[in-house]
Amino acid sequence: MSHDHDHDDHHHHDNHFSLMEARVRALETILTQKGLIDPAAIDAIVETYETKVGPRNGARVVAKAWAEPDFAEWLKRDATAAIASLGYTGRQGEHMRAVFNDGETHNLVVCTLCSCYPWSVLGLPPVWYKAPAYRSRAVMDPRGVLAEFGVRLPEARKIRVWDSTAELRYLVVPERPAGTDGLDQEALADLVTRDSMIGTGLALIPEARS
Amino acid sequence: MNGPHDLGGQHGFGPVAPEPNEPVFHGDWEKRALGVTLACGAFGAWNIDESRHARENIPPATYLSASYYEIWIRALETLLQRHGFVSAAELAEGRMLEKGAEPKRILLADMVPMVLARGGPCDRPVEAAPRFAAGARVRTRNFNPATHTRLPRYARGKVGVVEAVQGSFVFADDNAHGRGENPQWLYTVVFDGAEIWGEGAAPGLTVSIDAWESYLEPV
Repeated sequence: MSHDHDHDDHHHHDNHFSLMEARVRALETILTQKGLIDPAAIDAIVETYETKVGPRNGARVVAKAWAEPDFAEWLKRDATAAIASLGYTGRQGEHMRAVFNDGETHNLVVCTLCSCYPWSVLGLPPVWYKAPAYRSRAVMDPRGVLAEFGVRLPEARKIRVWDSTAELRYLVVPERPAGTDGLDQEALADLVTRDSMIGTGLALIPEARS
Repeated sequence: MNGPHDLGGQHGFGPVAPEPNEPVFHGDWEKRALGVTLACGAFGAWNIDESRHARENIPPATYLSASYYEIWIRALETLLQRHGFVSAAELAEGRMLEKGAEPKRILLADMVPMVLARGGPCDRPVEAAPRFAAGARVRTRNFNPATHTRLPRYARGKVGVVEAVQGSFVFADDNAHGRGENPQWLYTVVFDGAEIWGEGAAPGLTVSIDAWESYLEPV
């Protein structure tokens, strides 16, 4: 896209921002005046997703699955329970499924109908996950979408797209990179990006770790 | 409903634009939008399916030009009015004008950790045995209800294979409209890319959906 286009988008966005700012403030004011919401509860919700629940949770799940075959087996069989054993439970993670990439198949997760996403292990979804470009094309042109994330898979690799149409939430377990034999689970978790657990990325190789 | 939300397979939205080092929120109003939406959900006046349907009912031109938190706020305003908590006049004036409906529950700060950690499981027992087993060939129904459904348009009238019986869950299509939870068996159904997209389908592509039993017919 051209620079001009970007500029237009930003301009549009700024106006939109202030409109929404006012609209949400008005709504919160009315609800607070009526005693229907506790502003401190809203602070607590925000703090939870800003500081406590995020993709580090999922990265720890993946690292453990890489390091411990028994855990990987449990994760395959009963992801909700296996993930809960690490303390990751709750909203938008009530019914979890883990899907494993291998040399044959790459998994990609989308919600074409809304924004279903495994909050308990990945936190809140990024904007692109909820936006029409990803939701429209992931099911039809996954290789094109992956290229926009800089991911190129071998020609022969099959792609399985999981459309989260019900209340199951999917966590992709990326392939463990080569050359990671000596790493402990915290170091392994550093290689597991959020996108690799959606399927729009791969796990980092140790040299590429930032 | 065949609303603007049902995006699978549409063209014209351009490339996906991942934002490097994207923040969790893009401004304070997004934080408040998330919090207010969840806090109002705790009233117990509507369920997640009714709120999804309220989002789908946003007019297409508005829906497609809105950010997701804007979609949430527009739908929340609809739900609050429908259930008598807030009036249109109050939204216009930005202040309380009258006492509205009483919620079943108000979310207080000290309840937040427990409420978020518990979530809202929606698996429910079903008496009957599942109609389909893993490996069964099924055809999705071809219907076009004006009401809520979680069977995307691209996956209607298509033949696929049941990969797994996933348990039994609240049936969203009924629950969204106050017709009860009416749980059904849920199946992961896998389709070949060519079954869905026909000529020119990406080679090696399979797509799965999670489909309630009443979406499926035996082949």
